[in-house]
Amino acid sequence: MSEKTLTRMDLSEAVFREVGLSRNESAQLVESVLQHMSDALGTGETVKISSFGTFSIRDKNARMGRNPKTGDEVPISPRRVLTFRPSHLMKDRVAAGNKA
Amino acid sequence: MIRSELIQKIADENPHLTQRHVERIVHTVFEEIIEALARGDRVELRGFGAFSVKARDARIGRNPRTGESVEVEDKKIPFFKTGKALRDRLNGR
Repeated sequence: MSEKTLTRMDLSEAVFREVGLSRNESAQLVESVLQHMSDALGTGETVKISSFGTFSIRDKNARMGRNPKTGDEVPISPRRVLTFRPSHLMKDRVAAGNKA
Repeated sequence: MIRSELIQKIADENPHLTQRHVERIVHTVFEEIIEALARGDRVELRGFGAFSVKARDARIGRNPRTGESVEVEDKKIPFFKTGKALRDRLNGR
């Protein structure tokens, strides 16, 4: 399996191919999708894309961590993290596609 | 926010596109990501995050209802890592 990395460019190329808008507009629309998702997540909103997955925000409490190299204790401040839960459909397709 | 709300926001900003078109565009973006992962590829969207495939080893699972042991095969699962810009934004930085 030769592993490739896709970027925004590949997504806008797909929109260009599938929808038939200009390359420039396709790129702007891909950006717009990511922008609206980021905006919603930025306000703490959950983003639920049916048949793809759910992005949700979790609040983490402050805790003491350790520098694994030196063993020193370091405080970790409370923070928000984003978790992605793939849909069943996505999990099934990814599992099926990568079956040895 | 759900898929239809995302479509609506983009449609509102692009009055020259039909609802159908916008649905198609949004569908294509997510479909392309799933197809890449199904091929074993990664998708890296700077500032937003990266989708990749992780391996899960085979394990002995249990049927939670009956307590019976069942063999679960090794498999590949989708994984998302939040990008730095978005992570910073969530934390007001």
